[in-house]
Amino acid sequence: MDIKVNVRETQGDTYVVDLNGEIDVYTSPKVKDAIGDLIDKGHYNLVINLEKVRYIDSTGLGVLIGGLKRVREHGGTVNLVCTNPQIKKIFDITGLVKIFGIYDDEDAAMKALV
Amino acid sequence: MNQPVAHPNRSLGIVELRIPSKAEWVAVARLAVAAVANRLNFSIEDIEDVKLAVAEACTNCIQHAHGSDQIEILCETEPEALTVRVRDYGHGTRPETIQSRRVDEPRVGGLGVFLIRSLMDTVEYDVHPERGTNLVMTKKVSI
Repeated sequence: MDIKVNVRETQGDTYVVDLNGEIDVYTSPKVKDAIGDLIDKGHYNLVINLEKVRYIDSTGLGVLIGGLKRVREHGGTVNLVCTNPQIKKIFDITGLVKIFGIYDDEDAAMKALV
Repeated sequence: MNQPVAHPNRSLGIVELRIPSKAEWVAVARLAVAAVANRLNFSIEDIEDVKLAVAEACTNCIQHAHGSDQIEILCETEPEALTVRVRDYGHGTRPETIQSRRVDEPRVGGLGVFLIRSLMDTVEYDVHPERGTNLVMTKKVSI
């Protein structure tokens, strides 16, 4: 079980973090480091693409929440791309749909940052 | 040779698993229990619920059960339900102090117990400061 993390710069000062795999108590530190590095470098508008994430648990959710808290302190935000119904269900029952912008595709997530 | 005596309340199957109390083993536990759940007539969505609940239970053992180096997972299958017991032998944290909650504002932590209670039909904790924590949770097959 692993998670692949790819960071891409797009237009403006927006970065996209592509995640591929499973995010759990073992793999979430890798995701936390990638998001933390971007924030440490002053990038506060992020899109995290979960389209290729097959599984996420509370530690993964915690990493996303932690990233959102940090960017909000600087006036930024984190938008998510997610189409997996099981993962969307987890965001729904935890109430995280009210906190994150969750979009069906990357273009919509990018436009919502502006 | 004596034949086993059929009993109407007898569980159809028991599967036991013991994993090291380390993050890299949680995936083994959740996949093993998913394979057991797959033996029953659960929907794919229900199997995903069980997988996540088991993973959250194991993660809680790793993060809160100090002094326990093993996690025991016991699955009991019945025709219409799966009961999973997750046990550690550490000095645990009472589940109510882990702050099961729904998220209304960004805050890290405390979601695991909330997810377990949301995804499973019945959840019971037995927390003992010396004997560790025994979590028993059941998922019923949807009709």
